[in-house]
Amino acid sequence: MSEHAAAAHPRLQHHFDSLEQQKDASVLGMWTFMVTEIMFFGGLFLVYAVYRVMYPESFAVASRELDIPLGLINTIVLIGSSFTMAMGVRSAAFGRRRGAALWLVLTALLGLVFLGVKVGEYQHKFEHHLVPGEGRFAPDHIPAEHHRGAEAYFSLYFAMTGLHATHMIIGIPILLVLAVSAYRGRFSRSYSTPVEMFGLYWHFVDIIWIFLFPLLYLIDPSRHH
Amino acid sequence: MSSTATTPSAAPAVPPREHYLNVNFGVKSWLLTTDHKRIALLYLATITAMFALGGAFAVAIRLELLTPPGDFVQSETYNKLFTMHGVIMVFFFLIPSVPAVLGNFLLPLMLGAKDLAFPRLNLASWYIFVVGAAFTVWAILTGGLDTGWTFYAPYSTVASNSNVVAAGLGIFITGFSSILTGVNFIVTTHKMRAPGLTWFRLPLFVWAHYATSIIMILGTPVIAVTVLMVAVERIAHLGFFDPRLGGDPILFQHLFWFYSHPAVYIMILPSMGVISELVACFSRKRVFGYSFVAMSSLAIAIIGFFVWGHHMFVSGQSTYAGMVFSFLSYLVAIPSAIKVFNWTATLYKGSVAWDTPMLYAFGFIGLFTIGGLTGLFLAALGLDVHVHDTYFVVAHFHYIMVGGVLMGYLGGLHFWWPKITGRMYHEGLAKVAAIIIFVGFNLTFFPQFILGYLGMPRRYHMYPEEFQVLNVMSSAGASILGMGYLIPLLYLTWSMRYGRIAPANPWGARGLEWQVPSPPTTYNFDQVPHVQEEAYDYATARKEPAHV
Repeated sequence: MSEHAAAAHPRLQHHFDSLEQQKDASVLGMWTFMVTEIMFFGGLFLVYAVYRVMYPESFAVASRELDIPLGLINTIVLIGSSFTMAMGVRSAAFGRRRGAALWLVLTALLGLVFLGVKVGEYQHKFEHHLVPGEGRFAPDHIPAEHHRGAEAYFSLYFAMTGLHATHMIIGIPILLVLAVSAYRGRFSRSYSTPVEMFGLYWHFVDIIWIFLFPLLYLIDPSRHH
Repeated sequence: MSSTATTPSAAPAVPPREHYLNVNFGVKSWLLTTDHKRIALLYLATITAMFALGGAFAVAIRLELLTPPGDFVQSETYNKLFTMHGVIMVFFFLIPSVPAVLGNFLLPLMLGAKDLAFPRLNLASWYIFVVGAAFTVWAILTGGLDTGWTFYAPYSTVASNSNVVAAGLGIFITGFSSILTGVNFIVTTHKMRAPGLTWFRLPLFVWAHYATSIIMILGTPVIAVTVLMVAVERIAHLGFFDPRLGGDPILFQHLFWFYSHPAVYIMILPSMGVISELVACFSRKRVFGYSFVAMSSLAIAIIGFFVWGHHMFVSGQSTYAGMVFSFLSYLVAIPSAIKVFNWTATLYKGSVAWDTPMLYAFGFIGLFTIGGLTGLFLAALGLDVHVHDTYFVVAHFHYIMVGGVLMGYLGGLHFWWPKITGRMYHEGLAKVAAIIIFVGFNLTFFPQFILGYLGMPRRYHMYPEEFQVLNVMSSAGASILGMGYLIPLLYLTWSMRYGRIAPANPWGARGLEWQVPSPPTTYNFDQVPHVQEEAYDYATARKEPAHV
């Protein structure tokens, strides 16, 4: 690519030589940030691993309180949102204003559906006294000898799904901003980096759920629905 | 390159008409800047203030320990004093010190780039840092924190009545500043190098910052999520570390030290990078075994992640785990030793100049060696049982943190001060200050090795009378050390306005940052430099008139 032609591009920042270098930097930066995110969730996954080894049976018993169909629906919704996100990235890269905006809004809507289901699930936990804490944790179906382990399980359940949901709550407004930018024609064949970078983030959040769903919902081998 | 090197330094010492400091004025031009050099100065001002705050707590600690009975403050107050000294110094001074100030200023200059890869993110990191610092200061003002800087559970999650949540949030927020700086440095080093500047032509300062950035992005998120768990356990009573809620307090220690031991290398590695630059420049030689010094930074970063258990030899972890951690702790000493030996070998037959930055470099090498070797005492399973939680440990890590990190920071600050401000400081005063700091430091902390070995535990505000002589020595040393720090604060500030105008390359040093005027222009380089020589090519430099 000719340096002078690239330098004229309105999206080229002053400290880069070419759009190519600018995009390479963004991609590497985003992947580096993803590594950070993996370590961030990694702390919780480690705690999960330790306590599951410590209380294997209590974890299985406690996991029966979760609703597998709802979890499955959310998994499908989230994988669907990854598809719409990928389509959004593709449309933005082809400079399709309306297409990109539409796919991005659709992704945001699927994110909202996921969060809506999650709110319903949380509400169910509150109603059934499954929220840990002194004088608060009083589950009806969990035998007393499993209470300690079940409390650890639900602490992790709320922390891990809560942190995951926080990432989605941060993501949805960004999606809407990107959709508006796309509609206004900010992205073109030569420049669609923000959408592409956000796509990486959204897929990452999706992958975290792909691990959370089996680790939280599907750990009781004796469970038949 | 050699032709461009001589042009600016041969020119008369007149500052360029327009540079990054005078390109525009006003509060807004600083608070909204994306120039890495101005952001470095924002950090400099912020961490100097935090250093003063942390130092004030140290003064109170040493005053209390002047006499055996607890007569100056109550034990609860004392708990808060050493906690807040530790929290402020570790998270708000030592970790950002060299990378956020010198690294921010120098990395693009050394790479031949106009700025860091993400200038707005860089400014955001500073704002995040300030918000985190504000949270922590607020926590201090509204009751303080008494958990020790280690936040050990379940004390921090159940028992402590102090402001754990606010202080923890401050550290959580500040962590993101560190992470974003790390991301910025890694991407800049990969993607923004000037043509011809291959990896093994990079200054060792850049290698050190690259290794540091790896620790920042891998370690910091773990402390972030750990502190978050502590906060959530306190606020919402979710059980992570509280045994009554099914948790395990030892797990907290594992998670905490998984970050906080590598954090020691976040602090020391950038200073080691500074020392490599100083030793090469002031002995007029290429650093001996360049690639070994470069690789030892990466080795420290990687091995440093597998030694955290040496903080937990007496915490109830298994003996076998202890043996492995002990072995790995010995292993991490090897790359540090490679650095010390290679710096020393660089001095051999060098033409050594005793300018102020070099005094700090010498101070660093000696004090870091003592700190490192006493670290090996502590890595030994048997001996650690005797000196664990005594002043021996306090002395050991202050030799690394203050004797190492701070010496490197001050050495670097003096070395690049002419580049940063375009002014020279008073050399005589600076030498006197460097010597006062060295003497004061040793008088403060060497007696603490003996105190610890004799059995004085850390974190108590009273002690038996037979320990008084050594404690008085330590407090006396601390007051000398405090004076030593005040002097540079005064003459460096003074020099910003009244100092002699600095040439582009006052030390005759190699490296791209010395080829641009002092202070540099906003975009650093008028044209992209093409690098054709190895780092520290002083052999070529000797043939040119470099000193002005």
